[in-house]
Amino acid sequence: MPEENTPEEMEVTVESNEAPGATQAPKAPPTKVNARDVNVYYADNHALKDITIEIPENRVTSFIGPSGCGKSSFLRCINRMNDTIDICRVEGKIEIDSADIYDRSIDVVQLRAKVGMVFQKPNPFPKSIYDNIAYGPRIHGMVAGKTDTDELVEASLKRAGLWEEVKDRLAQPGTSLSGGQQQRLCIARAIAVSPQVILMDEPCSALDPIATARIEELIDELRQNFTIVIVTHSMQQAARVSQKTAFFHLGELVEQGNTELIFTNPVDKRTQDYITGRFG
Amino acid sequence: MTTDHIVKSFDEELSRLSDQISRMGGLAEVQIERSIESLQRRNTEEATQIIEDDARIDALQIEIEELAIQMIARRQPLATDLRATVAGLKIAPHIERIGDYAKNIARRTIALNQNPPIKPMFTIPRMGRMARSMVKDVLDAFSSNDLAKARAVWERDAELDDMYDSLFRELLTYMMEDPRSITSCTHLLFVARNIERIGDIATNIAELVHYQVEGETLTEDRPKTDEASVTVVDSN
Repeated sequence: MPEENTPEEMEVTVESNEAPGATQAPKAPPTKVNARDVNVYYADNHALKDITIEIPENRVTSFIGPSGCGKSSFLRCINRMNDTIDICRVEGKIEIDSADIYDRSIDVVQLRAKVGMVFQKPNPFPKSIYDNIAYGPRIHGMVAGKTDTDELVEASLKRAGLWEEVKDRLAQPGTSLSGGQQQRLCIARAIAVSPQVILMDEPCSALDPIATARIEELIDELRQNFTIVIVTHSMQQAARVSQKTAFFHLGELVEQGNTELIFTNPVDKRTQDYITGRFG
Repeated sequence: MTTDHIVKSFDEELSRLSDQISRMGGLAEVQIERSIESLQRRNTEEATQIIEDDARIDALQIEIEELAIQMIARRQPLATDLRATVAGLKIAPHIERIGDYAKNIARRTIALNQNPPIKPMFTIPRMGRMARSMVKDVLDAFSSNDLAKARAVWERDAELDDMYDSLFRELLTYMMEDPRSITSCTHLLFVARNIERIGDIATNIAELVHYQVEGETLTEDRPKTDEASVTVVDSN
């Protein structure tokens, strides 16, 4: 008998007839930020059209889309940064923990302590590393005395994964650090005031791949305690760090959903074209 | 669907992947056809050639896998592109397997030719034609993203299973009638089993075509009527 190299020949083929093991869907996290029919105008320019999205607590939500699609504008609505632009008008409702953040009774300064922000370009204050962290807690009256402040500075730097690198030079200016370290300093500064939500506007676009990887690792750790919203131009970054993804195009929120579905099987053709690099 | 990328060379790579799979599938189809023909004509020389030619399919598989891996590393494909790349990577080894089955049929042919022919057999060539057309159709479905065609192949496998079962019973009766035919009948049974497996692989490829187009796996149960594995005969 000739040699056989098809071991299955003798096997009894068993086709699986069982229903795929009922995968226990993890309990959906509560909604942290709830936006309903948000419209943003810059003078006559209708920049965002009827944006409705729920941002889940302790998850990373990424906003993607081509330049000028409105994703950063929407990010800035969440801590009312757009208030600083005279010609900007925001309509609709944004709630954090069911409280309307555009309500007249809301103190914008308190709101921005609750909703921290990290920008594209690291922007440490022209102060020492120590004071970069201590500044916010001091003005918000969150610390009393030096020991208290020291502890908070250390804790914040540790959470941002920067402590080991800077503990011996806390008095040096924040701007003396490398780009990646500066960005982590900005994240440490943001978390020092115990925010609930952290907004990140392309936090890695000015960083090299290693510094980027460290920030991404940090984002993943931080989501245990914070709700994170990140605007990114890197599709791979959105795919790597976020659990939920929203795709913006020409001021519209085209599609939102589980990150894994958006990147393997998007529903809308515009999403498909954008993430596969087919945009004309 | 593999057009319109901003980066044109990515389009070219996706088309090349699809073309190479079609080419590999074409070679496998020919191997099936030749192996059945050499079995019918008791052509040992042709069977030997078929065994040698299998190396071409193996070489294409390596080429396709390297291409797909390169694309994943260099392009980081997403959505439909990702699915096309993954489907390609998964279909290539299936086709390679089809080639192996054709090669096995050729080996059995060489063994069979050392014994006198047994009764004329119509079922095996019929099974062979059917398996070949399933492979052809599923590869057409792959290159044209034709879901209906893929599903038809997926459903047609039941028919091939039925033929296999009936041949199995037929061969058992021959063996009971004349124990001297056992060697040849057993070889033929393995040939039929190889063909039946080719049908199974065609359905696996149909499932991958479905995944490539829809982004979901076919979850419903495939009609499966292969009963040979549980058939018993009363020897009295």
